[in-house]
Amino acid sequence: MANQALVPEKVCGPGTGELTLDGSVPIVEITGLWTKYGRTVVHQDLNLEIEQGEILSIVGGSGTGKTTLLRQMLGLETPARGCVRVFGEDISEIDSDQLQQLRNHWGMLFQQGALYSALTVFENIAQPMRELGTLPEDLVRDAVLLKMNMVGMGPEHANKMPSDLSGGMVKRVALARALALEPKLLFLDEPTAGLDPDLSEAFVSLIKSLHRELGLTVVMVTHDLDTLFALSTRIAVLAEKHVIALGPLRDLLTIDHPFIKEFFLGDRGRRALEALDEKTNTEHH
Amino acid sequence: MPIAKEPTLTLNPGAAKGPSVAAGGTWQVHALAQGKTMATITAMIKTLKADGVKWDLTAIDSMDHIGAQLLWNAWGKTRPADLQLAPGQEEFFNRLESTGKLELPAARPQRLTWVMKLGFAMLLFFEHLIALTSLIGQVVQELWRFARAPMRGPWKEISANIFHAGFQALGITALVGFLIGVVFSYLSAQQLRNFGGDIFLVNLLGMSIIRELGPLLAAILVAGRSGSSITAQLGVMRVTEELDAMLVMGISHGFRLIMPKVLALAIAMPLLVIWTDTIALLGGMVSAKVELNLSPQYFILKLPDAVPLANYMIGLGKGTVFGILIALVSCHFGLRIKPNTESLGRGTTTSVVTAITAVILADAVFAIVFSGVGF
Repeated sequence: MANQALVPEKVCGPGTGELTLDGSVPIVEITGLWTKYGRTVVHQDLNLEIEQGEILSIVGGSGTGKTTLLRQMLGLETPARGCVRVFGEDISEIDSDQLQQLRNHWGMLFQQGALYSALTVFENIAQPMRELGTLPEDLVRDAVLLKMNMVGMGPEHANKMPSDLSGGMVKRVALARALALEPKLLFLDEPTAGLDPDLSEAFVSLIKSLHRELGLTVVMVTHDLDTLFALSTRIAVLAEKHVIALGPLRDLLTIDHPFIKEFFLGDRGRRALEALDEKTNTEHH
Repeated sequence: MPIAKEPTLTLNPGAAKGPSVAAGGTWQVHALAQGKTMATITAMIKTLKADGVKWDLTAIDSMDHIGAQLLWNAWGKTRPADLQLAPGQEEFFNRLESTGKLELPAARPQRLTWVMKLGFAMLLFFEHLIALTSLIGQVVQELWRFARAPMRGPWKEISANIFHAGFQALGITALVGFLIGVVFSYLSAQQLRNFGGDIFLVNLLGMSIIRELGPLLAAILVAGRSGSSITAQLGVMRVTEELDAMLVMGISHGFRLIMPKVLALAIAMPLLVIWTDTIALLGGMVSAKVELNLSPQYFILKLPDAVPLANYMIGLGKGTVFGILIALVSCHFGLRIKPNTESLGRGTTTSVVTAITAVILADAVFAIVFSGVGF
C-alpha cells in the first residue's frame, strides 16, 4: 500500500475544453494509469501516447489487460487512477455534450462484431448516421451503400440480418458501421480473430487501404502475428503491468526481454517475419 | 469544438459565363449535421436544378465521403461539366464515379392475404402443439430412465431448481397471498353483513382460497418468476452454444435440463400452494377480526367444517399440474429461441403469456372435472 500512496490521485492537467482534432496533440495520451480488479493490479503506472495517422498495435500475454486498456480509451471502463486523454480531452472529466461529439469521432470494431441483431445490415450501418437526426434519408442510403462498397460488400447483402452472415461478413459490416461517421480514430479489438487465413489477409489489406484513404489513426489489439506485422506502424508491448516497449517492429526485435524474445522470435514469430521479409522484397523488386 | 467553418453554398448568377456555385467551409458529416445547416443546404440545392452550372469547390477546407456524396447527389450522380476542385478532393469523386450507381435491393413485398396469414398462424399453432407433445414424450422417457437408475439422476439440478423456483418464491407469494386474503375478506364481509350472514365468511374464504385462489395465485406468480427465467436461461444457452456443447458431450437436454425443472416445479408448486393458502387465510383472518370482530379461534375451529378435505387435495393436485405445465411451456419456448436478441425477448414474453394462459385453461378443466366433488 505504501508505494500506491506515492502515486498522485490525478495527473491530468486541465484540458483546453475543446476537442483538438488537427493532430497538434497526441490523439490518445495515457499517463500514470492504474487498473485494479479487487486486489489484483492489472496496470501499474502505465504511459502510452498515440500519434495521429499511425497504426498502433497493443500486444501482450493473456490477462495483461489489452482489451481493458482499449475499453478505458473508449470510456467504457474507468481506471483506478491516472488520466486518459483522447483528442486532448480527459475523458473521465468531459461533459456529456463533448463526450457525444467525441463518440462521433471514433469508431470501434468489437471482437464479435456486436451488430444489432434486430436490425438488418443496412440499418446497422445507417444507425450512427440516423442518430445524428439531420441527414436526409436518400443521403443516408447512398452513404451506407458506399460504406458497404468500401468494405467490399455488394448492395445485395443490405437486407440480410446479422444472424444470416458468416463470420467474415459480420466483421466487414461491423467495420463499415465503425466507419459510418468518418471517424478520425478507429479501435480494433482482435480484427482478424476467427477469420480464416485468406479472409484475414483480405481484411488486413482492407484496413490498410482504408487507413491510407481516410487518414485514420488506428489502435489495434491483436494476437495474430501476421496481422500485427502487416499493419502496425508502432507496437506497444504490455508486460509486467505496463508498456515495456514501444516502437516500430524492427526496433522491438533488438530489445532483450524474455517476453519480446518469446513473442516475436518464437517459431510462429520467425515464420511470420520471414513471410514479411519475402513480401517486402518482392515489393521492392 | 473547432469545426472550422459552417459548410456553405453561394450562388453567383454571373452575367458572362453563366451561373456558378461556390462551396466553402467544412463539408464533413459533423459540420453538416449541426443545427439547421443540412436543411439550408438541401433547400439551396433544390433551387439549382438547371444544367450548365459551374461548380467551384476550391474554398472547401476539408471534406469527407458524406459531404462528397451530398454534392454528388446534387449533381444528379454525374460529374458536372465545369468543376473546379482543390487538391485531395479528386479521390472522393473518383471513388463515387468508379463505384457507380448502387441500388438498394427492393425488400420483398408482403403478398400474404389475411387468409394465408390465418393459415400460417394455424400451422404455427399445430407446430407448437406437436413440439410440445414430443417434449412431453421426451420427459416421460427421461423419467423412465431416471426411475430405473435413480442414483445416477440429476439430483443436484432438481434440488437447485426447487430452491430457485420454490424457496426463493416464498416472499412474493406470501406478500401477494396476504394482501389478496385481506382484500377478499374485507369485501366479502361488507356484503355478508347486509344479509346478517357474517359467520359464513369462513366458508366463503376457505372454499375460494383453498380450492381456487391459492393454487392460481401461486401458479401465476411462478409462471412470471420461474417461467421467464427458465426460458431466458435456455435461450441464452442457445445463444452461447452451451446447448450444442451438451449434445456434443452426449448429455441429453431432456435429462439434465428439462426433466429436473419439470420435477422441481411439480414438487415445489404444491408446497407453494400450501404456503400461499396459509398466508392468504391468515390475511383473511386478520381482516375478519378487524371488520367483523370474528375471533381467530372461531375462524380456525370453523375451517375444517366449512371446507371438506377434498378441496385441499384438489388444490394440491392443481399445484402439481400447474407446476408441470409451467415448466413444460417455458422449456418448450426456451428451446425454440434462435441465437439473436430479438428472438430472446419475444420468446420470453410468449412463454410467460402462454404459461399463464395454459394454467388458467387447466384450471377451467379442473373446475369441470371436479364439479361434483368437495361440497
